[in-house]
Amino acid sequence: MKRIFSKGGRSAAILLLFLAVWETITRLVNIPNWLLPAPSAIVKTGVKVFPDFLPHFIATVKLSLTGYLIGCGFGFLAAVCLHLLPKLKEAVYPFLILSQNIPIIVLAPLLVIWFGFGILPKIIIITLFCFFPVAVAALDGFRQVPHELRYYMEMAGATKSQLFLKLELPGSLPSIFSGLKISAAYSVMGAVVSEWIGAQEGIGVFMTIASSSFQTEKVFVAIFVIMALSLLFFLAIVLLEKRLMKWQPKGDDKR
Amino acid sequence: MTHLEVKHVYKSFEDKPVIQDLSFSLQKGEFVSILGPSGSGKSTLFHLIGGIIVPDSGEIVLDGKNITGQKGHVSFMPQHPSLLPWRNLLDNVLLGQELTGKREVEKARSMLAAAGLEGHEKSYPHQLSGGMQQRASFLRALISPQSLMCLDEPFSALDEFTRLEMQKWLISIWEQYRRTVLFITHNIEEALFLSDRILIFSERPARMLADISVPFPRPRQSSLFLESEFFDWKRNIYEILRGEKTTGF
Repeated sequence: MKRIFSKGGRSAAILLLFLAVWETITRLVNIPNWLLPAPSAIVKTGVKVFPDFLPHFIATVKLSLTGYLIGCGFGFLAAVCLHLLPKLKEAVYPFLILSQNIPIIVLAPLLVIWFGFGILPKIIIITLFCFFPVAVAALDGFRQVPHELRYYMEMAGATKSQLFLKLELPGSLPSIFSGLKISAAYSVMGAVVSEWIGAQEGIGVFMTIASSSFQTEKVFVAIFVIMALSLLFFLAIVLLEKRLMKWQPKGDDKR
Repeated sequence: MTHLEVKHVYKSFEDKPVIQDLSFSLQKGEFVSILGPSGSGKSTLFHLIGGIIVPDSGEIVLDGKNITGQKGHVSFMPQHPSLLPWRNLLDNVLLGQELTGKREVEKARSMLAAAGLEGHEKSYPHQLSGGMQQRASFLRALISPQSLMCLDEPFSALDEFTRLEMQKWLISIWEQYRRTVLFITHNIEEALFLSDRILIFSERPARMLADISVPFPRPRQSSLFLESEFFDWKRNIYEILRGEKTTGF
């Protein structure tokens, strides 16, 4: 716990320094607010718009959580299917990688044309962001189970499903969690991108309105909230990982 | 009563013969070591008995049933402890039972206690020493429902002192339970100290050079290592291994 605090302390110091430099420069050079607002102005705006902002915030949290769960679930299921059917994996794996080369921001308007302005196209976008890291991490995890453990299980007469449930699945958890962490950060971004293309509410909507009326402070409020939210998601997954994997040697998080 | 019978087994990999016409049998409750130079196909023999590879010809018979190419008929202790890192010691010991039978938690607890691992039931493998991990690995094989135990050089990765401790420990536990054991080793002393019989294998392709009955009475003490008869046997086996002799005394 102490280590986390001291690490967090150093990062906080860097952040504070950065904000201080930013504040000083905007004041000294007298940069107009619509171009680059000072951090203090952003905080002031943040407090002022809070009641208006809250529903947008809640909508985005809900959307990213739903999308995250569906995306990661889909990624995990895909990995399990591909792992248990090696022939299918050979055939499908290249497409899995190709799916990551689809420029999602370009795809978004198309999805609206196909699926309308409802929740479905938004979930599809977040899923496209989230499923890949989880799927690849899980596939690697299943495959990279230590050889001698697999050998013992086979010699002791484990069936294919026992091999998967008792060895490959628990053994791949560390790997799956690194995928989940990456996806956690992506899910908020995916949610905001999906809100740009058309939504009733959400941080993405708030942002579009603010930027089209040159209310740059509001844009920055949105950016900071998005960053904080991503970080929060990420931390939640880290906590979950710590709880589920008490068995890991403590030396692992030494860095 | 014959427990395991290996009948005229041949196996080659990519046209290179690894095992050639190998036949032997184990009686119920016997501790038999297979001694041979490294790379002599001892491990291949275990894979054959374990059923993860199939012989080119010949058969493996357990309790009168042909088990050639069938998995799950032996309980196994590999060279490395191979405990699952996410399971505590108790759940690791129960793993072998889980795969082919029923969990007997109380039995496992009392075995752990008897093995000097009391209080470590909830510990994870990485928190224990190599010797303790190997004990747990042996208990996992011992508590498994299969009647034949196969031990594949289980102490070769341990340091000299721990190995001696483990050999004494193993023999005392085994003398209680008297399970049929097939034990692979390349250590002559280890084979002599532990076994009822020693099968000596040649270099690749593996043939049986000799089948020796070890005369030392049980229960065996570590003082045996210092007796002159023990040295005579050691020399005898060494000469067989080098091809200077073809039979025992």
